[in-house]
Amino acid sequence: MSAFSAIGEERDVAQDEFTPSIEPQPTWCPGCGDYGVLKALKGAMAELGKNPEEILLCTGIGCSGKLNSYFDSYGFHTIHGRSLPVARAAKLANDGVEVIAAGGDGDGYGIGGNHFIHTARENHDMTYIVFNNEVFGLTKGQTSPTSPKGHKSKTQPNGNAKTPIRPLSMSVTAGASYVARTAAVNPNQAKEIIKEAVQHDGFSHIDFLTQCPTWNKDAKQYVPYVDINDSEDYDFDVHDRRSAQEAMHETEDALYEGTVLTGRYFVDDERPSYQEEKRSRGDMPEGNLAERYFEDGDWERSYDFIDRHA
Amino acid sequence: MTDDELIWRIAGGSGDGIDSTSQNFAKALMRSGLNVFTHRHYPSRIRGGHTYVEIRASSEEVKSRGDGYNFLVALGDSFARNPKEDAYYGEEEIKPLAENLDELREGGVIVYDSGLLDTDEIENFDERVEENGWHVYDVDLRGIAKEHGREIMRNTAGVGVTAALTGLDTSYVEDLMAEAMGGDILDANLNVLHDAYEHVQEEYDADAHDVAVPTGEHDEEQVLVSGSHGIAYGALDEGCRFISGYPMTPWTDVFTILTNLMPDVGGISEQVEDEIAAASLAVGASHAGAKAMSGSSGGGFSLMSEPLGLAEMTETPLVLVEAMRAGPSTGMPTKPEQADLEHVLYTSQGDSHRVVFAPSNPVECYEQTRKAFQLAYDYQIPVMVLYDQKLSGEHRNVPKSTFDEEPNPSLGSTLTEEELEEQPHGETGIYHRFQHEGEEGVSPRSIPGQSGGRYLATGNEHTPEGHISESPSNRVAQVDRRNEKIEAIRENLDADERQREYGETDAEYGVISWGSHSGTVEEAVERLNDDGHSVKGLSVSEMAPFPKELVAEFIESVDDVLVVEMSSTAQFHGLIQKNLGQYGEKLSSLLKYDGNPFEPAEIVEAVEGHGSGEELSSNTRFEAAAGGD
Ligand SMILES: Cc1ncc(C[n+]2csc(CCOP(=O)(O)OP(=O)(O)O)c2C)c(N)n1
Ligand code: SF4
Ligand SMILES: [Mg+2]
Repeated sequence: MSAFSAIGEERDVAQDEFTPSIEPQPTWCPGCGDYGVLKALKGAMAELGKNPEEILLCTGIGCSGKLNSYFDSYGFHTIHGRSLPVARAAKLANDGVEVIAAGGDGDGYGIGGNHFIHTARENHDMTYIVFNNEVFGLTKGQTSPTSPKGHKSKTQPNGNAKTPIRPLSMSVTAGASYVARTAAVNPNQAKEIIKEAVQHDGFSHIDFLTQCPTWNKDAKQYVPYVDINDSEDYDFDVHDRRSAQEAMHETEDALYEGTVLTGRYFVDDERPSYQEEKRSRGDMPEGNLAERYFEDGDWERSYDFIDRHA
Repeated sequence: MTDDELIWRIAGGSGDGIDSTSQNFAKALMRSGLNVFTHRHYPSRIRGGHTYVEIRASSEEVKSRGDGYNFLVALGDSFARNPKEDAYYGEEEIKPLAENLDELREGGVIVYDSGLLDTDEIENFDERVEENGWHVYDVDLRGIAKEHGREIMRNTAGVGVTAALTGLDTSYVEDLMAEAMGGDILDANLNVLHDAYEHVQEEYDADAHDVAVPTGEHDEEQVLVSGSHGIAYGALDEGCRFISGYPMTPWTDVFTILTNLMPDVGGISEQVEDEIAAASLAVGASHAGAKAMSGSSGGGFSLMSEPLGLAEMTETPLVLVEAMRAGPSTGMPTKPEQADLEHVLYTSQGDSHRVVFAPSNPVECYEQTRKAFQLAYDYQIPVMVLYDQKLSGEHRNVPKSTFDEEPNPSLGSTLTEEELEEQPHGETGIYHRFQHEGEEGVSPRSIPGQSGGRYLATGNEHTPEGHISESPSNRVAQVDRRNEKIEAIRENLDADERQREYGETDAEYGVISWGSHSGTVEEAVERLNDDGHSVKGLSVSEMAPFPKELVAEFIESVDDVLVVEMSSTAQFHGLIQKNLGQYGEKLSSLLKYDGNPFEPAEIVEAVEGHGSGEELSSNTRFEAAAGGD
């Protein structure tokens, strides 16, 4: 019998189960896009039949990082920029758990950018949601890695001299095997994309446009949006890296010109996940590592290896 | 200094294969029944640069490197920079023979590779040989090696010559070679060994000098291990099955040893993008139910500061090891120092706590790493094992039975689903993971995937249910509870003796040390007592929480205390004074920070001259007690 009976439990899960009793009402500003992520996530997990105790939601620091205060499951609110290394290790150690990481654009593309590149490169079997509001929300509106060139803030009074990062292009180049962009104003697409991302075996990255009416007053509310997978104006193959990259490039440029493009950009179902790669090399146990600590059984010890020193 | 010991030094360039040769030679001496101790000196360079390994062998217990050496095999640096290209580095090729030659004891033996080295290039060589009564054997090691195999086998030729000149039975060496290699390579090496051996027997009179391999016998089977092995095996036996790291000398040794073991023990090793990730992965794996460890050296450990604090605040068990090298910044990567003590004790914001062990030899490395895991998982707190470049790489023999211990994979204060049912939960079923009350300040944890265990772990201050909160009363309750753990741990530690006291119980003079050079201090204290002084020593292994009472008792029991450490700012002295402020007038310091570990004679000299104000002959510094004599 498993020590983790919540994992794989077959039952219907209601969306309400993810609403905590302590702080059912988030303290995000009215009209904040972060509500959209919360709603889509609850809906997606309920529809996938994932129960709160088989999910580990790791977040960074920021307005976005508060997500797991409002989503009732196992949660780890880590430190600024470090949700990914914590999350991916949790998945390696206890691979039955559904691991989701989430955080802001500053958190994931700035301070945690190195982890983003390497987690994508390694193709860990997990989902990463980046709340992209093109600004540092929690610390009061400073310029972020996705802020447009020329963006003025208290720390960039003369306007941002830097060109924004290209989150989708960076992700696919680094090695993510599922890359999508959605928006808080498009809850149905968001929910469907989260479902796909969770089901995908490998690193799924969702760049989630979340409007910040408090610090990005003049900026777009990300409407109207275009779903590029449905639109007749766009024709590309999500399984083809080159054409996906072109679509991403165009999408990233378009955002700063006022056109919001969303949808699935890249899906690679062939590439083995990191855990599969490691297992095929004998670098990872076949079973769940954490489970072993709860089972009876013999453990190897250094004495088994000591003769090499004799 | 005993005459019945061999201190064999093999010197060459980095890349000359000295490491494996000396390992095998040390093992051969161990198998012959001797106690051995190795000391490795190497530059931070891949190829070239003067490097040597010293093996001290005796029938008596060996706790330290000796003073100087009595047998030199100088290979010559085959990767030396061309002196004409860069005068700055001097004549590198001859350094293995020229450098530190004066540390060769009177009557000592020099074997040098005449195929590569020319003694004419060494200043006053003949006069110095004459003066010191050295015995010189010029052997064309390169020639012998080339004749039967490849030039790199010069090492083996050096060992063959040593065996012939010291009376070592070559069968020990041959067995080890046969275990390590096979086929043509083995044959070639054996030929080199024998040819060198016979050449010396034919050409020279091996009895012309007094240096010989002593004879000894062990009561039980021995194994040759380093401090790094002690740490790695301690972790393994505590059920550590997740190791994450980023290479950095000297921590890399522990990382490599465990990485190689993991596939055979069902574990996972992760080499990651940086040390922030390394420590964060260990936190994540531990949180999710594995026993995990990470580590680094000075600069890399700096990057671990924030995840360390996260582990503390979320009460996630975490074991980190820190292998010190000389700093600041990149410092001297391959040289030992003990100057990360304060860094490791105090890094991380807030009123932060951790447990810090500082073992002084491979057996203590093993035992204290085991204890580190027990405390980390029982008390849900970061525990560090602090050691240094010296302890990391020096090998010595310990009884094989040291490791004949039961494994302990227990997750400590972690609940099963059944036990979780008995615990308090919130309205919708959230587990009260951070209860205000807990035995010894510990509130048991659940693991993701368990039914009835869900909660939020957060680096923010939080309520019993893990909810972020700045309520003053909750804050005080949580801080007090977390602080209580440290008191409980101090009591827990008092149950065993981890500090080592030695020398004369009612001595007038005391020496306190910590970490890797404690064995050297111990040897110095023995010598001082043999010479009629009245000295005792204390080796401290618990840096935090500090064993105040025991150290106070020791200081009280003597008139004067010398605190010996490898740091220029006397950090350990400072730690003692921080905890025991009233003894300032009794504590003097002996400091060394030139990149080389202490030799026993340096400590003897400092104790004998205590308070005399005389200059010390070595690169050490004496600092008299504040306001004291
Ligand atoms: C190491 C560190 N540096 C800085 C901060 C302060 N800080 C908290 S959140 C944040 C930026 C938040 O921006 P983003 O990640 O985009 O999240 P948002 O609030 O917009 O959701 C900063 C700089 C911190 N908590 N830790
Ligand atoms: S500051 Fe912006 S991102 Fe933060 S909660 Fe308010 S609207 Fe949302
Ligand atoms: Mg942001």
